[in-house]
Amino acid sequence: MAREIENTAGIPVVQIATIVPIMLTVGANRIVPGVAIPHPVGDPSRDAEGDRAVRRELLERALRAIQTPVEEQTIFTS
Amino acid sequence: MTRRVVCYINQFFAGMGGEEQAHVPPSARPEAVGPAMQIQSLLGEEAVVVGTVICGDSYYGEHLEEARAECVRLIGEFKPDLLVAGPAFNAGRYGVACGDICSAVTGTLRIPSITGMYKENPGVELYSPKTFIVKTSDSARGMKDALGAISALAVKILKGTPLGAAEDEGYFPRGIRKNFFHETNGAKRAVDMLLRKLAGEPFSTEYEMPVFRRIPPAEPVKDLKNATIALVSSGGIVPRGNPDHIRVSSAESYGVYDISRLDDLTPENFESIHGGYDRVWANEDPDRVLPLDIMREMEREGVFGKLYDHVFTTTGTGTAVAHAERFGQEIGERLKKDGVDAVILTST
Repeated sequence: MAREIENTAGIPVVQIATIVPIMLTVGANRIVPGVAIPHPVGDPSRDAEGDRAVRRELLERALRAIQTPVEEQTIFTS
Repeated sequence: MTRRVVCYINQFFAGMGGEEQAHVPPSARPEAVGPAMQIQSLLGEEAVVVGTVICGDSYYGEHLEEARAECVRLIGEFKPDLLVAGPAFNAGRYGVACGDICSAVTGTLRIPSITGMYKENPGVELYSPKTFIVKTSDSARGMKDALGAISALAVKILKGTPLGAAEDEGYFPRGIRKNFFHETNGAKRAVDMLLRKLAGEPFSTEYEMPVFRRIPPAEPVKDLKNATIALVSSGGIVPRGNPDHIRVSSAESYGVYDISRLDDLTPENFESIHGGYDRVWANEDPDRVLPLDIMREMEREGVFGKLYDHVFTTTGTGTAVAHAERFGQEIGERLKKDGVDAVILTST
């Protein structure tokens, strides 16, 4: 889905998920590793503020990813 | 009862001429012509070739819609029980014409169809799920074997003989899986396969993995402050009650939901219906999968221009690759039309 949106619309798609090898397999070009499978952009083990902070950090990283020129599939780990 | 077979061939095999006659429009003859004569003799008492429909390869390729409609009409007038097209070997235009007429006739006249092609013929990839394409050599030098294999399959189909696996029957797999009881269990077969692999011997998988395409990365967003960003998710987050009845697994659809008046996803307005992970945390706060709250926060702060006013969601578990690709293409079309600059897609 990520690949075909990018291909059809011609716009960058950043995928946030936890199992990086699957994103590499299906062809996502910009990849941000998530927190965990059932909550990729949140951390229920932290308090509400911490949960939101984790989400904010991942989304800021995703926004950096869509502004970054890449030549091949790229994992944004920080 | 003698069954009725119609053959489809191109201008060359009809003896009308080569490239200089490739423009001829469809025509029909109430008899077996060219390779159809050999098919008739191979079918013997089982069936009679009642007609041959002929069309120039260029005509078919350049007038796809008209050629298909006219050939289906001509073939239908013979009231056949089976269509045999080609074989096309490695001829690209002929292969596409054979595959196209076979899939059209099977789709509209509801009769089986068979053609034959070399594995690299573009018609194989396009039409193998829609008709029987017998494996042939790459040129008409293999005509005798090709017609033998096509006729043998034709007789089986006409008699209603149950077919074995595509590999055994000699045609390209149609993407159909049939359940049956194997004499040895899966564990033993898997270990046998592993041993063959380790020994460097040939083995064939029982479950082909899909081959995924790669695409060159899109250009990055240049002006984030004025960019519109869309949220997409395969994490199964939908409005409470799942109004579009998206499946909990093996989804064949996705939902498009207006979030223009929402700042936060809560257990009161959204929920997870995904059948592939423990939904406890997503249902406590759906933003943990579809992060609307922080996207709104950053939009307000002016980190980026605008959040697109709809989200797209489905459940990505057991979802067929073909469906996932279609979702992506449809979503991509819409985002392109609406001038969206980038997508954040979350998956579980």
